[in-house]
Amino acid sequence: MHTGIDELLEKYWHIPGGLVPLLQEVQKVHGYLSREILEKIASGMGISLAKVAGVATFYHQFHLTPRGRYIIKVCMGTACHVRGAAEVLFAMEDELGIKVGHTTPDLTFTLDQVACLGACGLAPVITINDETYGKLTPGQVPKLIEKYREEAAVVH
Amino acid sequence: MRRKVLVCGGTGCVSSRSREVYDALESELAGRGLGEQFELKYTGCHGFCEQGPLVLVEPEGYFYCRVTKEHVAKLVDSLQEGSVYEDLLYKDPDTGNRVKTRNDVPFYQKQKRLVLKNCGLINPESIEDYLNAGGYRTLQKVFKMSPDAVIDEVKKAGLRGRGGGGFPTGLKWEYARKARGDKKYIICNADEGDPGAFMDRSILEGDPHRVLEGMLTAGYAIGAGEGFVYIRAEYPLAVRRLDIAIKEAREKGFLGENILGSGFNFDIHIKQGAGAFVCGEETALIESIQGNRGMPRPRPPFPAVKGLWDRPTVVNNVETLANLPIIFDMGAEAYAAIGTEQSKGTKIFALTGKIKNTGLVEVPMGITLREIIFDIGGGIPNGKKFKAVQIGGPSGGGLSAQHLDLPIDYDSLIDAGAMMGSGGLVVMDEDTCMVELARFFLSFTRMEACGKCTPCREGNTRLLEILERIVEGRGELQDLDLLESLGHTIIDTSLCGLGQSAPNPVLSALKYFRPEYEMHVKNKLCPAGVCKALLSYRIIEEKCKACGLCLKHCPVGAITGKKGEPHRIDPEMCKKCGECLKKCPFGAIVLAGGDGFGQGQSDHKRNHVSRTQALYNLKSGGRERH
Ligand SMILES: Cc1cc2nc3c(=O)[nH]c(=O)nc-3n(C[C@H](O)[C@H](O)[C@H](O)COP(=O)(O)O)c2cc1C
Ligand code: FES
Repeated sequence: MHTGIDELLEKYWHIPGGLVPLLQEVQKVHGYLSREILEKIASGMGISLAKVAGVATFYHQFHLTPRGRYIIKVCMGTACHVRGAAEVLFAMEDELGIKVGHTTPDLTFTLDQVACLGACGLAPVITINDETYGKLTPGQVPKLIEKYREEAAVVH
Repeated sequence: MRRKVLVCGGTGCVSSRSREVYDALESELAGRGLGEQFELKYTGCHGFCEQGPLVLVEPEGYFYCRVTKEHVAKLVDSLQEGSVYEDLLYKDPDTGNRVKTRNDVPFYQKQKRLVLKNCGLINPESIEDYLNAGGYRTLQKVFKMSPDAVIDEVKKAGLRGRGGGGFPTGLKWEYARKARGDKKYIICNADEGDPGAFMDRSILEGDPHRVLEGMLTAGYAIGAGEGFVYIRAEYPLAVRRLDIAIKEAREKGFLGENILGSGFNFDIHIKQGAGAFVCGEETALIESIQGNRGMPRPRPPFPAVKGLWDRPTVVNNVETLANLPIIFDMGAEAYAAIGTEQSKGTKIFALTGKIKNTGLVEVPMGITLREIIFDIGGGIPNGKKFKAVQIGGPSGGGLSAQHLDLPIDYDSLIDAGAMMGSGGLVVMDEDTCMVELARFFLSFTRMEACGKCTPCREGNTRLLEILERIVEGRGELQDLDLLESLGHTIIDTSLCGLGQSAPNPVLSALKYFRPEYEMHVKNKLCPAGVCKALLSYRIIEEKCKACGLCLKHCPVGAITGKKGEPHRIDPEMCKKCGECLKKCPFGAIVLAGGDGFGQGQSDHKRNHVSRTQALYNLKSGGRERH
């Protein structure tokens, strides 16, 4: 349990401004930041849990609950908004049966919204893990998700 | 000379599968034993993402658009023959003619690509390519000058910050140079949080060494020994290329100790952001690098005097820094000859939204919106009419058709109630509702506000509530005055630029699109057909076959009708859930504005229902923030 945290603490505890990169690396290993992890980091860095929690809750990147295997980010930036991004998000919510910001109970999908993926030319845009999908219509959503469901089923 | 085949590896083209094209080209060339004759490589973004994946053949300059792996065999045939692959050339939509080279494409003709000069033409992962294109040459010049002379040159060039405020760069450096400190820092602001802008990303992905060269110049001028690039974690490709560039620059001696024998020491580190729009603000950014919550602090003291770890720090935007090699290459005078009286050089704009040629364009300051939107951008698609353009992101303003001939620079935009911001240009057509759009922007800025100061935290929340009221059909005429006076108070009293600019989209829309606001509150109508609460469902009698499906599915029993006679929806009872419209097999149900307005466009309107509905979900679901 909580492997690697001690090593990472060793690497960062003395570096000024080390808390943010430490949280980033710990999250990379553990997927999310549980209360126990935050407590461990607080005592390891010699700072209060309030300070650690304060930083962890300030940034969108940090997650305090478990995340899905596939992270779907639907861009809600301006360019995507005027080209119908909300419809895509709506279709995603329908297809996955969860609201934005949540994870499916089987931990397969997490549905997030982001402000801009910087690929506005392809609006509306989403990413699923490292893959980008542009010029998406709500109608394409079910098939796309199905592809990932199948992939998840094979690996399991 | 080996001929070059350049495949665009920018985010846009990668998303439209340019990697497949690259791989196919690689194996096809190798398969025909042509690997030696042709140099195949990835480049950064050409800016014309709409037409991707793009492939450029040098030295001829053939510019191929929308290339897929299926085209590759014939493409290699043409390479072998030395001929042009006509079908892949850009087709001018007006004349129908095929255009051979990049510079002949109308999208590029009015551009002046200085900062983006190398983007699309060199391999960003190779310092050799940058050096061959004249890279790092200006350092020799800079190191021979005194730091004060370097600052003077930047002042003479008239360079102003491209990150939003337009603050004179030379002056900022002078403050930092004069400030006392045992160490000084340069920070490159690559947070680029403004949705709809991606120029910083493209520069970093397409020509990262240019930014390093700019940082070195800045560091030498103010006497800094260390620099940081604060970059969004959402830009993994840019982070990777920057990382490679820094390593290569160290190996070649452009970073480290005694650079080029000048006695100047400088190194650069990457700091990845953790996702917070407000961290683009310089004092919040500094807090974030120091490992804290990214909350802005009052200025003065300005970072130039008291910044990172309380030491003098210059924060400059990516594009600002990328301009420096140009200034020292062509000389301050030649640079200052480009642009307008008060705004020199070029500006990169991200042209997006309802526009034919989406992409990144670099134009001289002082060009008109009409030239950008119509000559370069190709105008509005689907025969729709231009309505507005949002400049400067969520904190900027929406300008209308009356501004199309306004020469744009920092000051003219401020006068018109918008701002340069980072240079996002989101074009809107007649289907965009300006009230709903203002609500959208405000919900963004409110969500991203750090919560430290009251005017922004409470004031913008109230502004948003009023806009929601109007969009939901509960607005009153005095709400418009309230929006205005509250907006001005927030601007005058907020702590940082986020709060100070959040009301801009509302205020500019009230100024230029007031009739649309009045329609919403007085007539309870949404002329663009977007605001769901101001629309109603109706059954077209002639089309209704009285099948009873809608009646059965209406959750509130608002539909009446007997067998054999057309059904009716009771507008008082209807909850506008849209179930009936979805269920009707005959297309007899339409969503229409007040006076039968928008009739017969059920498909088009149906999109709007779900869109608004989704936005309401967003509002209640919100962003995950725990
Ligand atoms: C809310 C907010 C967000 C900002 N975001 C950015 C940004 O993403 N990138 C940027 O370069 N400047 C941003 N700025 C402006 C910076 O505070 C700062 O003025 C700029 O980086 C200075 O660089 P320049 O003089 O080269 O423009 C932002 C300002 C505010 C108030
Ligand atoms: S607004 Fe969606 S990618 Fe930029």
